[in-house]
Amino acid sequence: MNRTMYDLIGLAAGVCFILALKGLSHPKTARRGNLIGALGATIATLVVFAYNAPLNNLGWIIGAIAVGSLIGVPAARRVQMTQMPQLVALFNGVGGGAAALVAIVEYLALGDGASTAVVIFTVFTVVVGCVSFSGSIITFLKLQELMTTRPVVFPGGRFVIAATLAAVFGVSGWVVVELGTTPLLVLAALSLLFGVLFVLPVGGADVPIVISLLNAFTGLTVAASGYVLDSTLLIIAGTLVGASGTILTRLMADAMGRSLFGTLFGAFTAKPQDVSAAGEERPVRSGSPDDVAILLNYARRVVIVPGFGLAVAQAQHTVRELADLMISKGIDVAYGIHPVAGRMPGHMNVLLAEANVPYDQLAEMDEVNPTFGQTDVAIVIGANDVVNPAAQTTPGCPIYGMPILEVSNAANVIFLKRSMRPGFAGIENELLYDPKTMLLFGDAKASLTKVVSALKAL
Amino acid sequence: MDAMAIVSIFVLAVFVGFEVVSKVSSTLHTPLMSGANAIHGVILVGAIIVADHSETSLELALSVVAIVLATINMIGGFVVTDRMLEMFKGNKVKESKKGADK
Repeated sequence: MNRTMYDLIGLAAGVCFILALKGLSHPKTARRGNLIGALGATIATLVVFAYNAPLNNLGWIIGAIAVGSLIGVPAARRVQMTQMPQLVALFNGVGGGAAALVAIVEYLALGDGASTAVVIFTVFTVVVGCVSFSGSIITFLKLQELMTTRPVVFPGGRFVIAATLAAVFGVSGWVVVELGTTPLLVLAALSLLFGVLFVLPVGGADVPIVISLLNAFTGLTVAASGYVLDSTLLIIAGTLVGASGTILTRLMADAMGRSLFGTLFGAFTAKPQDVSAAGEERPVRSGSPDDVAILLNYARRVVIVPGFGLAVAQAQHTVRELADLMISKGIDVAYGIHPVAGRMPGHMNVLLAEANVPYDQLAEMDEVNPTFGQTDVAIVIGANDVVNPAAQTTPGCPIYGMPILEVSNAANVIFLKRSMRPGFAGIENELLYDPKTMLLFGDAKASLTKVVSALKAL
Repeated sequence: MDAMAIVSIFVLAVFVGFEVVSKVSSTLHTPLMSGANAIHGVILVGAIIVADHSETSLELALSVVAIVLATINMIGGFVVTDRMLEMFKGNKVKESKKGADK
């Protein structure tokens, strides 16, 4: 195969990626878009085999692809939909790691004839790829709750981060000038450290924004690799992901009412919340499933606000049963979906779609907020931060400015919670102590089942 | 490839990237991120190229690890995105059936 043919087919793959992103932006074409993307990636991979045939180390290459498939496919197939965000984070991380490794190998193979531009791009890929890798691992650990989801801030943290960043730049310069293996390894280690430090101060609720940003970073490393490896396709694909990822990061930040700057550096400027003060015992009104059923029975309009807790308890089907029962009693029922309910924007829509909740009952935040004044009962199931009035009333709290579902305007609020533990963002919710709030403690699914049978009996 | 051509490709790709996702609803943020994530798995191509060029066993070892990671990113990414979108689609089918029943 000649070079022109190779470039043409590479271009076709690039067009596939553009169509893929375009398709993924619309609900009707999304699935097809994803398949077109997969087609582009397949074409791109096959053409490399054909162009460079016969490849050296062919056995190793095919073996490695087989191993990667054996790990990636089952992981993607078996993951619970509730845990999908952290899988995406992990996939992004390994992509960044792959880009960094490619750059390191390329660096080792650089001869004396390498131009400064090539060296600079190689170094860039190593740095950003390593940051993306270690940063994504931390986001994974946070989402999997293997570590605290609160912002991790330590004294002098910002100076440590600034110093690490300065060191990364300094060592980068050293690598470009010296072209040694040792400085490169130092650089890789520093970059990995920076990735960790960069993500640690980010609060749990903001993690999706960071994943999206790191995703864009990985895209840029791929583009830089494309320059070093003389592959137009990699430049196109990497730049597309870098650019669309940046926009997507901004869209997500907007949906959460966060500034990107505030998300990344908020933990440094805001003081950590004094949680101990809220830890004192305050009276809450807790009710029984029968109390809840009676309240629902006399309601005319009920809004269900599902949160991540609902998904964890696998209560989607039970909540649907409750909704159907209420509808059969002539009660007006809607689901109020916060844009970031769950762990990522759109996550809750995926989860409820899995439970076959009719799409027309799902109301977006802007639709449902004006109706809370006419709502008799708002049932908040396993959600907390997205209904926390502190986002509107307490400047300086980590979620201040995030748009919320204004359930406090409803005549009655019912919280189904496992405990008084604060939400993912780690902030106390004043609404829990409001006199019109009733709490029903316990596993969401078990509680809902009891409410359903109590309501049937009425 | 000359520098000007590369800069042109880069700048045009940036604008295309901005343009294609500028009007996406929040419902699709997660699948879109996941799909874009899978696309950068195409670094697999780069990993294969460096594996082909590898002369020392260290280079080969690193390249092989890179191929494994890139494959996980690419194939896993497309599969998990498809799973997410499959649920949206299943929902739509049911809805249209319901509509037909009426």
